[in-house]
Amino acid sequence: MKRFLPLLALTLAVAYVATPFFRSKPRSEFDLEGFGKLPVLVNGRLKPMDTVARTSLLMFQGRQPIRTPAGERLHPTAWLLDVLFRADVADRYQHFEVVHPDVLALLQLRAEDGDGKKRFSYSQLAPKLAELDRQAQLAAQIEAQVRNPFQKAVVDLREHLVLYNRLKQSLIPPDSKDVLADYQAWVQGIPAGVAAVRARENKQPFDEAAANAILATGQKFEFMANMGYLLTVAPPASATDPNAWKPVGAVLLEAIQTQQLHPTAMAYAGLAVSWRMGQPEQFNTIVKLYRATLEPRYAERMVKSDFETRFNTAAPFYHATVLYLIVFLLAVFSWLLFPQELGRSSLYLMGLAWVLTTAGIATRMWLEGRPPVTNLYSSALFVGWGTVGLCVVLEVLYRNALGSAAGGVVGFCTLIIAHYLSLSGDTLEMMRAVLDSNFWLATHVVIVTIGYSATYLAGFLGLIYVFRGVFTRSLDARTADALNRMVYGIICFATLFSFAGTVLGGIWADQSWGRFWGWDPKENGALIIVLWNALILHARWGGLVRARGLMALAIFGNIVTSWSWFGTNMLGIGLHSYGFMDAAFYALLAFALTQVAAIGLANLPDRFWRSRATLAAAR
Amino acid sequence: MSDLRRSFLDFFVSLKLTIALLALSIVLVFWATLAQVRLGIWGVQEEFFRTFFVLGRLPGTDIPVPIFPGGYFLGGLLLLNLLAAHAQRFRFTWRKSGILLTHAGLILLLVGELLAGLLQKDFQMRLDEGQTKDYSESFRSDELVIVDASNPEWDDVVAIPEALLARQKELQHPRLPFRVVPKAYYPNANLSMKDAAKPAGPSAAPALASRDIGERVEVTPLPITYRDNERNLPSAFVELIGPEGSLGTWLVSTMMVQPQSFDYAGKTWRLQMRFAREHKPFALTLLDFSHDRYPGTDIPKNFSSRVRIQAEDGSEDREVLIYMNNPLRYQGLTFYQAGFDNNDRTTVFQVVRNPSWVLPYVACTLMTLGLLIQFGIHLVAFVRRRAAGAAPKGAAASA
Repeated sequence: MKRFLPLLALTLAVAYVATPFFRSKPRSEFDLEGFGKLPVLVNGRLKPMDTVARTSLLMFQGRQPIRTPAGERLHPTAWLLDVLFRADVADRYQHFEVVHPDVLALLQLRAEDGDGKKRFSYSQLAPKLAELDRQAQLAAQIEAQVRNPFQKAVVDLREHLVLYNRLKQSLIPPDSKDVLADYQAWVQGIPAGVAAVRARENKQPFDEAAANAILATGQKFEFMANMGYLLTVAPPASATDPNAWKPVGAVLLEAIQTQQLHPTAMAYAGLAVSWRMGQPEQFNTIVKLYRATLEPRYAERMVKSDFETRFNTAAPFYHATVLYLIVFLLAVFSWLLFPQELGRSSLYLMGLAWVLTTAGIATRMWLEGRPPVTNLYSSALFVGWGTVGLCVVLEVLYRNALGSAAGGVVGFCTLIIAHYLSLSGDTLEMMRAVLDSNFWLATHVVIVTIGYSATYLAGFLGLIYVFRGVFTRSLDARTADALNRMVYGIICFATLFSFAGTVLGGIWADQSWGRFWGWDPKENGALIIVLWNALILHARWGGLVRARGLMALAIFGNIVTSWSWFGTNMLGIGLHSYGFMDAAFYALLAFALTQVAAIGLANLPDRFWRSRATLAAAR
Repeated sequence: MSDLRRSFLDFFVSLKLTIALLALSIVLVFWATLAQVRLGIWGVQEEFFRTFFVLGRLPGTDIPVPIFPGGYFLGGLLLLNLLAAHAQRFRFTWRKSGILLTHAGLILLLVGELLAGLLQKDFQMRLDEGQTKDYSESFRSDELVIVDASNPEWDDVVAIPEALLARQKELQHPRLPFRVVPKAYYPNANLSMKDAAKPAGPSAAPALASRDIGERVEVTPLPITYRDNERNLPSAFVELIGPEGSLGTWLVSTMMVQPQSFDYAGKTWRLQMRFAREHKPFALTLLDFSHDRYPGTDIPKNFSSRVRIQAEDGSEDREVLIYMNNPLRYQGLTFYQAGFDNNDRTTVFQVVRNPSWVLPYVACTLMTLGLLIQFGIHLVAFVRRRAAGAAPKGAAASA
């Protein structure tokens, strides 16, 4: 029976990973999926509505699930539809996270008033918006790096509210009761309105009502044109720049010249009406027809945005996070019980999770047309991917669950870090001009990131050695020897990659800025990793350290790598003021302290090591 | 005696020294990274890397004391350590070829960094659209120029580097009919118009000028800045003394955009302190600068400058496009798109001359190759051991 455990675990895991596809069809008569796939241009990238909905929710409240005040679960796209078309309803959804007690006090809210004691609706915040705005402007005068947590919280909340209001202005005038009637009145009133305004300018008698009407509506549309967050109107087929998408407000204003409404504006007005009136058939027809108008010109882009919607639903990184946790637990238990079966199960699951992240990263690469690492978020994904890849190799070679344990924990941690990094917005960003070089992104950035992966892996193997040795009796001589070899091999690998990656960075700098080496914080961070790995190797070759010393040095590599990866970024923003302390900085500091503590354990005298007997047996 | 020599040698070839030096280097680099917040990138290079010692101040005084080995010290010792170790232990074997290559590359890298520090020169060139220049300007050094402007066809320029002014020694140049006497020099100073109603500010420098605008201007010395986005703006009082006696004392400063002119010995002269220039045997004209953004954002997509190069001798006259990650290399200089200004109508190039640029490439190729060979050997050995070890282990499992 036990024999089938690994296969059973794998089957269950595959089923778990596949679940989103079985329940992906939202239970709604409206074609939410179809609407979610409609492409819009935001932040320079053509993306599906579905991504807009999910990233907005992540930014506002740090998570995707959302419920109506009645407790009904909403699909992110349905939530977005309410924001876009039924602003008065969306205003009552509790989707703004406010946790800072002083900000709550400022808004005269109690935590108990919020969903989950921290999420509030626009209506709840509305009475104090003027005060929030004043505080945010006060905070805005202070350099972003030096703001205290209250100021940061105020500025963030204001940004979220601005984004929310911009979403509301994207497709229809949010206060319009009957959009189609209003549009019709607008187009029909244009000739009379234009004539009246002209006459007034020429100081001739004019129709005051007509002039005021066109000016009032025009102002409303101009506001939409300036504020609208989604660029939904594709440029005409004759346009030279296929990326020159416009907000709906802009084409509503253009009606003054053309005297007719743009079909995209009409399509969204129709969607608004049918969504508001609860007419799924009409809604679904408009989605289909509108999509058909875009299909011929943007076929290739729409394949991508359709796939992106599916990618969002599949949430491969979320599932991999859960799997890595299970991998780690299985590996640890395998040292106590059923080493073969549990060990193999953890290897299978690790392989599955790794394939899943590989697919996720590959999808991101294809969507962006870029190498895997383009920003901090993708570097977190890639560091995890690289480490787990190495762990799979180690595990296949050694079959002692050490690789699985390290892979599980590093994979889990890097994906959690990635999740926190994703809260600041869409993670598929456009590349700034300076970094816009696929060749160097593909070589320097990828190789240096693999160097990070390997250095972390050596460090985590070191941790396993120390923890098993000090706290359990499970570290026998054979395992210790295997770990010793693994760590040494991985450090060789890390030295090679971090060195080659750093050098390639120097060459990129020489090619782009005319200097090979500029002592810039990020460069220095990479250099420190290389120096540290070189130090470890020389210490071992010189016989200055034995197994335990090697582990302690490798663990310190965790601190060195974290400094290079995150610390140097914080320096640019953070340390200008010595009072600066940020949550991320605390996290880094706390991590460094735990590593120092582990190094302390590594140096404990033999008698404190519970595995001393098992280890000594070999000598 | 030979014992002493031996222990001396042992010290320099020891692996312990290597490890100590690596550890000290890590501390130095880390410390310098933190110090960059305060000193800026140039300050850090001078105070941490291109120096033998990092200097601190005795508490409460300005007396410098070495508190940590600097880049030259550690780099130099590492070089010595490496050379000594190989000289003593050198025996060529194929097994060692990877280590040898890596270390040879490292030696080259250290030497290359030393040379880059000594030889590399950075300048900046700002061009408005339509403008032509045949010189670039220094980031950090300045010069005093005295121009004989009496000939309408050309200017006769005498340039005096800032360093000579700083020394405050009298200067005599064969092309000038007067001596130049620096009376006071401030490496960074602010200028403001004197207010007759108010007394001079507490930190104002003594007013020495007796000619031109300097009489009406107050000089306030400022501390030297190392920040990346600021530069020092030096000021000086210079007296010109002809055979008949003093012509007067002028205030010169890089903050003054217009030169001051005066007549002497039947000629018109111009006097100006400006960013030091390096003239080139060719001129660049900015034809067009463009700055694209991603639609609906402020994220820069591309900057590019279309420029025309014209050699002085007429041998070259062509257009080139300089953009991010694609610099112009011409006559030993490299022009990089560094920035822009003035509502996208001005381009800023960084101009670099680095004759030793090729060394890091060679060094890094050697080192990467060396590491590949070294770790390749390890890997092969590992695989062989496993293959050899697999059989008995399998036997044990089945037994």
